[in-house]
Amino acid sequence: MRLSSSAKVTLRVFAGLVMAAIYLPLLLVILNSFNATTSGAFPITEFTTRWWEAAFHNEGVREALWTSLRVATVATVIALLLGSMIAFALSRYDFFGKNTVNLLVVLPIALPGIVTGVALNNTFKTVLEPLGIGLGLFSVIVGHATFCIVMVFNNVQARLGRMNKGLEEAAMDMGANVVKTFFHVTFPGFRSAFVAGGLLAFALSFDEIVVTTFTAPPGTETLPIWIFNNMARPNQAPVVNVIAAVLIIVSMIPVYLSQRMTGDDKK
Amino acid sequence: MAAPTIEPEAESGTAPAPGSTRGGLGDKLSRLLYARPKLRLTALLTLPLAWLGVLYIGSLILLFITAFWTTDTFTSKVIPAFTLENFIEILTVQAYQLTALRTIGIALAVTVLCAVLALPLGFYMAKVASPRMRAVLAIGITLPLWAGYLVKVFSWRITFMSGGPLDWLLAPLGMTGPGYGTTALVITLAYLWFPYMAVPVYSAFRQIPDNLFDASSDLGAKAWSTVRTVAIPLLKPAFIAGSIFTFSLSLGDYIAAQFVGGKTQVIGTVIASNINLNPPLAAAFGTVPIVVVVLYLFLARKSGALKQL
Repeated sequence: MRLSSSAKVTLRVFAGLVMAAIYLPLLLVILNSFNATTSGAFPITEFTTRWWEAAFHNEGVREALWTSLRVATVATVIALLLGSMIAFALSRYDFFGKNTVNLLVVLPIALPGIVTGVALNNTFKTVLEPLGIGLGLFSVIVGHATFCIVMVFNNVQARLGRMNKGLEEAAMDMGANVVKTFFHVTFPGFRSAFVAGGLLAFALSFDEIVVTTFTAPPGTETLPIWIFNNMARPNQAPVVNVIAAVLIIVSMIPVYLSQRMTGDDKK
Repeated sequence: MAAPTIEPEAESGTAPAPGSTRGGLGDKLSRLLYARPKLRLTALLTLPLAWLGVLYIGSLILLFITAFWTTDTFTSKVIPAFTLENFIEILTVQAYQLTALRTIGIALAVTVLCAVLALPLGFYMAKVASPRMRAVLAIGITLPLWAGYLVKVFSWRITFMSGGPLDWLLAPLGMTGPGYGTTALVITLAYLWFPYMAVPVYSAFRQIPDNLFDASSDLGAKAWSTVRTVAIPLLKPAFIAGSIFTFSLSLGDYIAAQFVGGKTQVIGTVIASNINLNPPLAAAFGTVPIVVVVLYLFLARKSGALKQL
């Protein structure tokens, strides 16, 4: 389209402003983690690394991080298994109720998190607690796995749709059994989508707060719950700020890896 | 066929089932599975359906049933007795009505703000920017998706703090930031969900052939009328697809409201504050976002935008 050069400049400036609005607040968090005052007043007049040290030695943070890692790992494993199974069922078979199953997988992220959280909270309290399975680490994992399944499912299903089924048939014609075919032909074909889906599921679980608030018993803190509980406490705010700064830097790594991995396949 | 002795089964090249000349357990299983697609499908679906169909859907149904129960006002214990009281309460008490309407209003404002920002950005990325710039911006808008939800809420909490960066920035202009409140909440939510709108709008822009724009300007249309009469109608499905995310995510959010919303009450705050004291009321109120989202999806479906998802 023929645009006047002033229109082009305006658009460029606009895009720059949007990017600034996206990244300045994040930069601010990193910058503010060195702010010596606890009030968060701006501009920063005195810098310190005190909060970084405090955060590093904070027991609560360490425990919360450990909880988060355990929850995310188990939830991801469950999601990898269930998500791939559904992806296979939906992309390889035609059956009655296929669309319903598809909807079922997407539902946990399509519905507001609070609904999933309240529903699971209710089930654990009224049905499962009398059976001896009350709210605990297990209920948090159940909640997380439920909405992580779709991450793996989306990735694996998209890949399976593009894979050449003839390769599998060829392997079987050559005498490989179903198991052998799966591990030597099928799995290598969708492995990178599987890993990418797993990374996304892990990142999603690691970051989740709403479902966690409702499925975690008092005293069980994942890292987001710890941040949530401490954000409004003035004397903890600087430590929260440091954790936030670390998360900004660290959380982008899995995404970068996953983008690279899916990017490589396209070549 | 001169088959090597190591692999005798290779001779039965036309074997009806894989591994059919071997007798190991794996092969027996293999033959069984190969011959019965239904068995394979059942094996694949049993576990996932038990999880999603029984545990998850079961929980949603139970939640819905709980909404018709009541609580003992002294012990906060749920009493399973059918009543419409909770629904009557949320439909008639003005505070609940206002909260529901306010939340829907906020979700709509967030959606409009995202769409208004996504249009020129998508246009610039798809039609004006160099390929290199386009790639940078494409990563630029998606990367913060993973920066952590609370981290982003926190970043705006810092930004909007009184005496904080925004106040400092606006001070030379003689203005102050909005402070914590509904405006701050709308901006924060728009920030959180912007990629969900920007990405589909940008990809839809890319799919519009350049010569449509050329034709439009050849016929004398100015840039803005080209955008309005050519681009926007073609982008409608993308806007709707994006709006499903921005709308429903904003509708269910209550954490951002707690940290940047000041005293602003949203549906989520009411549910969260009732979940322990009065679970049936929380459950009843929980049906509000579901009904609104389903209605929204229904309207979106009627417009045909869902097929593009």
